[in-house]
Amino acid sequence: MPLYHTEDQAMLAETVTGFIADEGAIKTQLRRLRDSGDSAGYDPALWAQFAEMGLTGILVSEADGGLGLGHVEAGIVLREIGRNLTPSPFLSTAVVGATALGAASDDLKGRYLPGVIAGKQVLALAIDEGAKHRPERIGLRAERAGNGFRLTGAKQFVVHGATADALIVAARTAGSDSDDDGVTLFAVPRDAAGIGHNAVRLVDSAIASHVTFDGVDVDGGAVIGEVDGGRALLNQVLAAGRIGAAAELTGVGIGAFARTTDYLKTRKQFGKLIGEFQALQHRAAHLYAELEIADAAVIKTQQLLDGGSSQADLMVSVAKAKASRATNLAVREGVQMHGGVGMTDEFDIGLFMKRDRALAEFLGDASYHADRVATLSGY
Amino acid sequence: MSDLDTFRAEIRAWLDANCPAEMRKPVQDEDDVCWGGRNFVFKSEAQKVWLERCVAKGYTVPDWPQAYGGAGLTAPQAKIWREELARIGARPPLSSFGIWMLGPALLKFGTEDQKVHYLGQIARGEIRWCQGYSEPGSGSDLVSLQTFGEDRGDHWVVNGQKIWTSYADKADWIFCLVRTDKANKYQGISFLLFDMTTPGVTTKPIKLISGNSPFCETFFDNVVVPKHQIVGELNRGWDVAKYLLGHEREMISGAGGGERLNAIGAVVQRHGGIDNPVLRAELAQFDIDALAYAAMGEKFLDEAKVGRAHPAQPNMMKYAGTELNKRRHELLMAAGGSTALEWDSPATRGGAAARGWLRTKANSIEGGTSEVMLNVVAKRILDLPGA
Repeated sequence: MPLYHTEDQAMLAETVTGFIADEGAIKTQLRRLRDSGDSAGYDPALWAQFAEMGLTGILVSEADGGLGLGHVEAGIVLREIGRNLTPSPFLSTAVVGATALGAASDDLKGRYLPGVIAGKQVLALAIDEGAKHRPERIGLRAERAGNGFRLTGAKQFVVHGATADALIVAARTAGSDSDDDGVTLFAVPRDAAGIGHNAVRLVDSAIASHVTFDGVDVDGGAVIGEVDGGRALLNQVLAAGRIGAAAELTGVGIGAFARTTDYLKTRKQFGKLIGEFQALQHRAAHLYAELEIADAAVIKTQQLLDGGSSQADLMVSVAKAKASRATNLAVREGVQMHGGVGMTDEFDIGLFMKRDRALAEFLGDASYHADRVATLSGY
Repeated sequence: MSDLDTFRAEIRAWLDANCPAEMRKPVQDEDDVCWGGRNFVFKSEAQKVWLERCVAKGYTVPDWPQAYGGAGLTAPQAKIWREELARIGARPPLSSFGIWMLGPALLKFGTEDQKVHYLGQIARGEIRWCQGYSEPGSGSDLVSLQTFGEDRGDHWVVNGQKIWTSYADKADWIFCLVRTDKANKYQGISFLLFDMTTPGVTTKPIKLISGNSPFCETFFDNVVVPKHQIVGELNRGWDVAKYLLGHEREMISGAGGGERLNAIGAVVQRHGGIDNPVLRAELAQFDIDALAYAAMGEKFLDEAKVGRAHPAQPNMMKYAGTELNKRRHELLMAAGGSTALEWDSPATRGGAAARGWLRTKANSIEGGTSEVMLNVVAKRILDLPGA
């Protein structure tokens, strides 16, 4: 399969690019929500528009009422979300949540998927238990109680957690914290008895929740997939989230780079456009190469995931790490090349820097994924 | 089964039957490469058989038209051919500057007679070509070249000197940039082809820091070149030269496949191990960049074959690919420790690692320096002012 979009994918990209540029722009979404002190972290009206476009069900199978498309298509949407810094529950809901629920019982799907597809419900992934992403260790306990389970413990930095209709919770049902086995995924209503939320605003204006589970009872129907055998599904969910984050990162990088090259072509110093200076030209050209390469790694990985390739797992970490590094360079160079105005809130370039930082951390930073690449490669 | 699946099955079966086992082992050094040409001595019977079988099917140049010695494969078919070669670790049957550089230029600018004649020779591995571009005073500023061809009616008489001519001492013919109008800088250069045995052509190998001499000085002393051996129009050779440079840069970028696209951490682990967490981290960072670049190579080729790639994209590829390759060899030297320093011992195959490492330093100079590549990207892709 060639590493570029098919005709159908190109059409989707054209539609989505226009839609998100119009409706998800920085001024009308990110800045408006931030400056009005919004506490949801996204605009429900825009989420409903995503549904009207069919985007909310992009990864949901046709049998379950979705579009039944793949990671390439989801990545097309995420790239535009990234380019426009659009606050959206798309990644946590339509990518991560939908991937998890794809393995759920019909009953559980019925509780959430119609609402997701309709753009009325939102899902959040509760995985991390500390400041760094370490999904190999899962300490939140779920013990059998009655017909179901009782959850005790805490999850940190659950993006959209305080407003989501359900949390996808990775819990330990057997063994010790670092065991591969004994992991089970649950879909837990946000407001189940015993759940506590401490919502915090992050540097990129996203809202994340520190969630406490103080003996939260859920019925057996809340289990997604197999009891104790959830690690494989969790890995699949994480892969979807990571490649999604990588796609969004490439969008952030492209958006930052476009603003930077525009600035190089308009700002004058010493009687010249600053883009005439070779010191800046070479750094811009190097950055272009890095962004192109990251983009290629992302689409390659999306295709491998969609094709069920055994190489996909390694390439997910390659793509997440590469996109993180390339976009991080894009935002750092972007602020520096903007000079003083790059430090102002008025200019958008700083917003790209903030979003990059948060996305790079989400589901494993570049160091985490470099370590994972080495481990998966046998060294 | 789709047509492409059928094609893949056919290729797989053909390779099973026709690619000798010996040709499925990794290339160890320069001697293992089949360059073809009048004076080429095959290293083994397997190397000869592999070339002959591929020539018969047009597989030395799979995506060239059949009329010019190719197999006439479509872009997706050619990709399958490459993938299937890579799957069994098969060596390229033939490597040559004719395939990588002159061929694409002739396909675009050559006359029908030139295509049939020269492309056929290249496809069959009969003629080995070298490239007469750089001169002592014209490196990055190539267009300032001085080698002059004086018009003598039905031929030119060429005088001057080229430098860094790769394998000039082993080549049969040269494609050469020659000034044919001293008054016009860009539109005063012609792209000429001539036989290296023509009276007045001499070559002198240059000893490099690797201890090897792949590059030569090439001298022209009243060399007679018939007029029909020009490619493209008189004084418009710069257009041909630039187009060819795109393919040269693509070649040097390593995008086409091979070991330059591979990760190295696991290899280092197998040979001696990694006992230092900082080295492990550097290898992991490198592997990420290498595997991402491999995806870029695949994407670039896919896009280039259907005209979707930016015309200046080979410059980006060359920059990224050669900088990566230099980093690869720095890491391999570090991982090899003092063993990698041995210069001529049999145990290190004559210092292969060290010589290979030193050779890579030319990657970001030959065919346009990294700095020139960045200039071109800034100007032609990013459209930055005054670049």
